[in-house]
This record gives sequence, C-alpha cells and structure tokens, in this order.
Amino acid sequence: MSEHRIELTVNGRPHSARVEARMSLGEFLREELGYTGTHLACEHGVCGACTVSVDGVAMRSCLMLAVQADGADVGTVEGLAAADGTLHPVQQALRDNFGLQCGFCTPGIAITLTTVLTDNPRASEAEMEAAMSGHVCRCTGYQGIRRAIRQLAGHGAGEAA
Amino acid sequence: MKPAPFDYERPSSIGEACRLLDEAGGGATVIAGGQTLVPLLNLRMSQPFILVDINGIDALKGISRVEGGTRVGPATSQAEALSDETLGRHLPALVTALGHVGHYQTRNRGTIGGSVALGEPAAEMPAAAVALGATIEIASVRGNRSVKADEFYLGPFMTVLEPDELVTGIVYPDWPPDHVVLFREVAQRPGDFALVGMVGALAIADGKISRAGLAWFGMGPTPIKARQAEVALIGAAPGEADAQAIAELAVADTAPFGDHRASAEYRRTVGRRIFVRALREALEAKETA
Repeated sequence: MSEHRIELTVNGRPHSARVEARMSLGEFLREELGYTGTHLACEHGVCGACTVSVDGVAMRSCLMLAVQADGADVGTVEGLAAADGTLHPVQQALRDNFGLQCGFCTPGIAITLTTVLTDNPRASEAEMEAAMSGHVCRCTGYQGIRRAIRQLAGHGAGEAA
Repeated sequence: MKPAPFDYERPSSIGEACRLLDEAGGGATVIAGGQTLVPLLNLRMSQPFILVDINGIDALKGISRVEGGTRVGPATSQAEALSDETLGRHLPALVTALGHVGHYQTRNRGTIGGSVALGEPAAEMPAAAVALGATIEIASVRGNRSVKADEFYLGPFMTVLEPDELVTGIVYPDWPPDHVVLFREVAQRPGDFALVGMVGALAIADGKISRAGLAWFGMGPTPIKARQAEVALIGAAPGEADAQAIAELAVADTAPFGDHRASAEYRRTVGRRIFVRALREALEAKETA
C-alpha cells in the first residue's frame, strides 16, 4: 500500500498532503481538506452527487483517486459563490426555481452546469439537460432543475426579470 | 466504500509501463479513466496489488491519421474523441456511438482504450471496434502484436490481453467517404448500458453494397459481429435488400442472456426491430442519394 505526496489547488487555494493510493479524490476533499460540500453517495459513479471540476472539467470525484489529482486545479461547490456571498448564477437559478429540496445532489449538479456554461456561455437548454443525465435527484422530480436550466439558457425567469 | 489497499505507479513511457506490468507477475491492473475500474475497486470486485496509471504517457494520447486509417491513442478521453474533427470526418460511426457512452461527466475522464480493453459486452466502443474492423495494437516486454477486434473478445470482461500486456493503439480502417452509419440502442436511461444495441457502416459502389460492417452489443457475452447479415448484404442493391430477412440472420448470430433488466427473448425481439429500422433507414438514405 503506497503513500504519495500530492500538491493541488482547491478553489484556487493550494494544498499539499500525503495520501494513501486508494483514497478517492472525493474522500480526500471531504475528510482531509474539509470541503464537505462535495457529497459522496453511491461511490460507484452512478449518482453524480460527488461531481467536482478538475482543471475546469466536470468529473466524478468518487471515480478518481486523490493521487491522480496531483498538480490539478480542483473546483468544488464552495468555490462557486463570490467572496461576499453573492450566489453564482447557477446557484441563483436553482434557488429561484426550487431546483433543490434536500440539497444532497445539488453540489454536483451546480458544478456540472457551471462547467457546461464555462465551456460555452451560450449552451442551449438541450445541452444542459443532456449533461443532467449524469445526475440523480430523489426530491425534485427534476422539474425545478429544468426550470433553472431554462432560466440559465435565457428563455425563462431570468429573461423576464 | 474503500478499495482494498494497493500500490500506485504512474509511468511516463510505454516501456516503463510494460516493465511494471511484467514485474507485477499478473498482480497489476492498468488504470486509464477508471470510470469502470474504480467502481470495481470500490466494490472490491477487483483487488490488484498495483495500479499502473497510464495517464502520464503522452504516447498513448491523441488521434492521428495513419496509412489507410485513423489511429486512436487508448488514453484519449471519450469527450476529446467526441469533438475531434479527424474522427468526425473519417469515423462518423464511432463518433455517433461515442455520444451514447456513459454521461457527460464520465466521458470527460473515461477513455476509448479503457472501454475497448475492458470488454463490457453491453458497451458501445467494443462493438464499434468490431463493426468497423479495427485492429488493436498491444505491447509487452515480450514484444508487440496486433489483434483484430473481432478476435480480441473472449467473454464478458475477458479479452486476449495477457496480464503483462498494454493496449497502445486502436487503428480503425478508412471507410469510403460516402458510407452510411447505422446506430441504434435501447437503454433504460440515456447514458446507461444498453439492453441491446447495434452499430455499423455500409458502403455502396456502382449501385451495390460493397462493404458492410455490423455488430451487436448487449446481445451476448462479447460484442458480436453480424457475419451472416454482412454476407447477405454485400452485392445486393440497396433497394432490393430485404431488411426483415437480414435482421433475422443478424439475430441468428447472437447469444443474448436474460438478467434482471431484460430477458433473452426481449433482447432478441427488440434487437430484431432496431436492426430492421437501422437497416431500412440506411438503405433508404442510399437509394435516394
């Protein structure tokens, strides 16, 4: 069982640590660094709750080892809102449209939508919905999330406001 | 959930990776994207002593044109391949199939080579390799070899790869520029493994089908080449081919199993139907072209 020294940034802040080879990035973020906004649920890549961005790309933090994130720039839900507490437009849209209830799946969904919109600020509703196939939400029935996506795509509440 | 303990190595060359695999004497597992392997590790269905991470080997990444075909580095991510212009131009069938591999988030990390080498029988990438006539390049300290995709798969998650061997490239032969793509799958949700699916290509020359490559996924222990259907199609005029009869031949080559998601009979029935639809659509496209 090998241990490795890794250095990475999380939400722009540098961290270094020794990790066991078998530790997942998700567990490392939560248990070692305290970024408990990233939620681990199924831990085999099905539910999407643990989604984080790695070098700007949305990935499952349960399906990546912490040692593999050496040198990476990781983004978690804690990094979305501005320093003064102003919500990220994705967070605001989810809030405005009741796109969450218990909130367990929300960090992953927020990260996915953020990366889709960073890649393409004019991403269509269909593109964002397609990316949602990688997330399971047991509360909302998805309609609130879909409304949030419509707002983000500029057709709904966002445009009217 | 926590995997059983293992050592981790991140070689920077193919030679170093092969040496590590050789020294491990069968106790090593290669990790590329890990989108299927890490679940198996987490569930302790896989318990390697050493994980050899090939993400640091640049020679295993990227897509390039080679004589008569396109070569895909096995560590190329599925997302990268999906938006690659060379693949879009030369291998539209592969790109179509790629759109159905996993989800946005898993395609960002999952690789072409990982899916091809793993041999999940319901996965799109192994079937696409078989249908399109790909060759799989393999290296070990004992030397290099190439295996045709239709001889690569032995059973569910079982391939001809020896424990000391590494997939170093997948070469897809060129198809004529105006070939038609066939793709259909039925899954419970978009992104899930298919209950049944088919992928392939047809080329027409002088009003007759000149080349056919068709394969099933989710229809047996491995991806299955629809050999009888291919033979029946070649030489036929697109307007004359009997899609229903050819689909019967295609289903005859399969060996579907029943599980908690679908019975073998369901797979055969739905398989026949999607095959007919895909074939009709392809033949009509060619007839009117």
